[in-house]
Amino acid sequence: MSTTETAVRPRSGTSESGPVSKPKSNGLPAFGFLAPFLVLYLAFIIGPGLYGLLMSFFDTSLVQPGLGTFAGFGNYAEAFQSSDFWAGLWHTVWFTILTTPPLIILAFVFALLADRAKHGRWFFRLAFFMPYILPSAVVALIWIFLYTPELGLLDTGLAKLGMTAPNWLGDPNWAMPSLAITTIWWTLGFNFVLYLAGLQDIPRDLYEASAMDGATPWQQIWKITVPLLGRTTTLVVVLQVIASLKVFDQMYIMTQGGPNFATRSVLQYIYDEGFTNFRTGYAAAASMLFFVVILAVSAVWFGIVRRQQKEA
Amino acid sequence: MSSHLAWFRRQRHSLAMTSYLSRRALLRGVVGLGAGATLAGCSTPVLSGLGTGGDAAGSLAYWNLFGGGDGVRMTQMIDAYRAANPAIDLKAVTLAWGNPYYTKLSLATLGGKPPDMAVAHLTRAKTLVAADLLEELTTEDLAGVGISPDQLDQTAWKAGLVDGKAYAVPLDTHPFVMFYNTDICEKAGLLDSSGALTPLDSPEKFTEALRKAKEVTKAYGGVVAITADTSTPWRMFQSWYGQLGGEVLADEGRQVVIDDAKATQVLSFMQSLTTQGLVPPTLDYAGSVAAFATGQAGFYFQGEWEISTFQTAKTPFSMTLFPNLYGGGKYAVQADSHTLVIPKQHRPDPERKKRALGLIKSFLDQSKTWAEGGHVPAWLPFRDSAEFKALTPQSNYAAAAEGAVYDPDGWYSGSGSNFEIVTGSNIATVLNGQQQPAVALAQMRSALTNLARTASPI
Repeated sequence: MSTTETAVRPRSGTSESGPVSKPKSNGLPAFGFLAPFLVLYLAFIIGPGLYGLLMSFFDTSLVQPGLGTFAGFGNYAEAFQSSDFWAGLWHTVWFTILTTPPLIILAFVFALLADRAKHGRWFFRLAFFMPYILPSAVVALIWIFLYTPELGLLDTGLAKLGMTAPNWLGDPNWAMPSLAITTIWWTLGFNFVLYLAGLQDIPRDLYEASAMDGATPWQQIWKITVPLLGRTTTLVVVLQVIASLKVFDQMYIMTQGGPNFATRSVLQYIYDEGFTNFRTGYAAAASMLFFVVILAVSAVWFGIVRRQQKEA
Repeated sequence: MSSHLAWFRRQRHSLAMTSYLSRRALLRGVVGLGAGATLAGCSTPVLSGLGTGGDAAGSLAYWNLFGGGDGVRMTQMIDAYRAANPAIDLKAVTLAWGNPYYTKLSLATLGGKPPDMAVAHLTRAKTLVAADLLEELTTEDLAGVGISPDQLDQTAWKAGLVDGKAYAVPLDTHPFVMFYNTDICEKAGLLDSSGALTPLDSPEKFTEALRKAKEVTKAYGGVVAITADTSTPWRMFQSWYGQLGGEVLADEGRQVVIDDAKATQVLSFMQSLTTQGLVPPTLDYAGSVAAFATGQAGFYFQGEWEISTFQTAKTPFSMTLFPNLYGGGKYAVQADSHTLVIPKQHRPDPERKKRALGLIKSFLDQSKTWAEGGHVPAWLPFRDSAEFKALTPQSNYAAAAEGAVYDPDGWYSGSGSNFEIVTGSNIATVLNGQQQPAVALAQMRSALTNLARTASPI
């Protein structure tokens, strides 16, 4: 046995049999370890997902037993024709546009500054990350306080400076930017920590060497830091876009989707249709359409990561 | 050396034993907990904490949606109930008004953990009945706690029946009313010798009264919430449109039957009030309250619940029926009722139901407290009493209960519903001058037709 093996080794034979036999022997225990996760994942993600897909072809009602009457693509057609669905989708996209660039640029800038701090770096790390650990309801309540018309901190503060504050959450044009400001304050810490970790991975000698060659701090940032953080940025962008597309809590608590539906995100639309109006079949169809959007975003990310890996 | 080793071994052994035992004890504990749960239902404190159901000794979960002045009065009533029934552990939960409340109530009932008793608007209770989420209240049930249907306001009681069966006990009727500033109206010469407002029973008289009030205030004649409010414009429209005998929906919401001529007449009149500068076109709810409270307007149109606000603000005011401009002999005004309902339990318990009915009766008995908040009590033994007649200005508009026009039947209709949002937001655009009545009416019709065409999920 051993002789044939050694005899064959220089050829390609072992390289085939080796990797194939190895995972085979590891397969079962691996599944064993994965089982707790897989069972839950099947029961609570895949299962309900498939049930949702099935439901989307029926006029299922929350308060009626069974799937209800078959609707074919009726629910999808209705969602496509519903101005409320498109408005919700647009509000979600608008929120994503308003939050993603600041959450990336500010996180990067603050991480850069915190990384430069010689003393008390722990303090900055804590200070920026702290809001992120708050539950959405707490964040919403804090900011409802701040945004209170006339009496709120922001309004009184701006009045002292001689400015009149807009009706933050009451004006349809201001409500979404106000929610975006709240969200930026709340979730900046997460991206900040990712960037800080990325910064600490960059070898210090690159900066030393470039300084010897006479590079200015700006050049160091543009030519060393930004390119070497490329992968972190890809990750941050995609996580951020997906997180922003999933927005629900802030609107539900702070504006209830108002004023006049100006801040109702697509998820709240689905929630309203499914749970308030009892139309779970239609809500399932709308969430399937939204799922396609999220899937497309994830596919783009996948493509970018692959290209980066090839380049590296 | 050897003794040392022996000691060490013993220690290890006992350590292993304890850890083994504790693991077994833990397992036994877990299994025991599970068995206990199946055997005793919700009797363990841990498990009862997880659900709304409490121990059999007498707990009662009650949900309501009252904030502001209503919330304060409801708390007084709850406290009075607790004082009178110390053996019953009443758990009262207040949730945000409107769609969120009804969503939570429906989901909790579907999930088998509803409260034992809950508040629901009459117009929304009917949707809950259609969805089979409420317990029927038989005459025997009600008689058991001393309630007889003929002791309740008949308009509200009949409006709440579904196929002749009762599911909701009306606590009150809350009509749209007219508040007026007594100082301003006196200066404007609008009060009669007894100090009451002279009847404004035609569009001309109404407009004239607002004009005179405006001359006194130098600001506005009347104020009403228009911006960022959908219910108020709808209530105002529905009152006058109802006086003309107009209907919006028919066939349980499956048909839109707006009478264009009547609706245009009302909308044009409403718009004329803002275009003439008698009513400011941009105030929101809080702004309209503030304007009336500070004497910038002679009249204010809203539900009667704002009474406490102006009493607190010490505004010289009184209240009366929302003007009957078009009804002639037959008065009509938009209204709804707060009703008390018992959600369907997966496992009905007659004792719990009895306790819930007892709480309903207790609230009816406390109608005086409730009426102080402006609502017209539905409990006739109190409403017909001298005590209520002496309660002013509440008794001025008690007749509104008989002329109450409830939001039309339909799965998407009722207080704070999609229906009110669709109609109210279009009426608001007429009031603030953004749209002409014909355009707004066309939009309202098309949005309502969309809702009417959607197959009812109930």
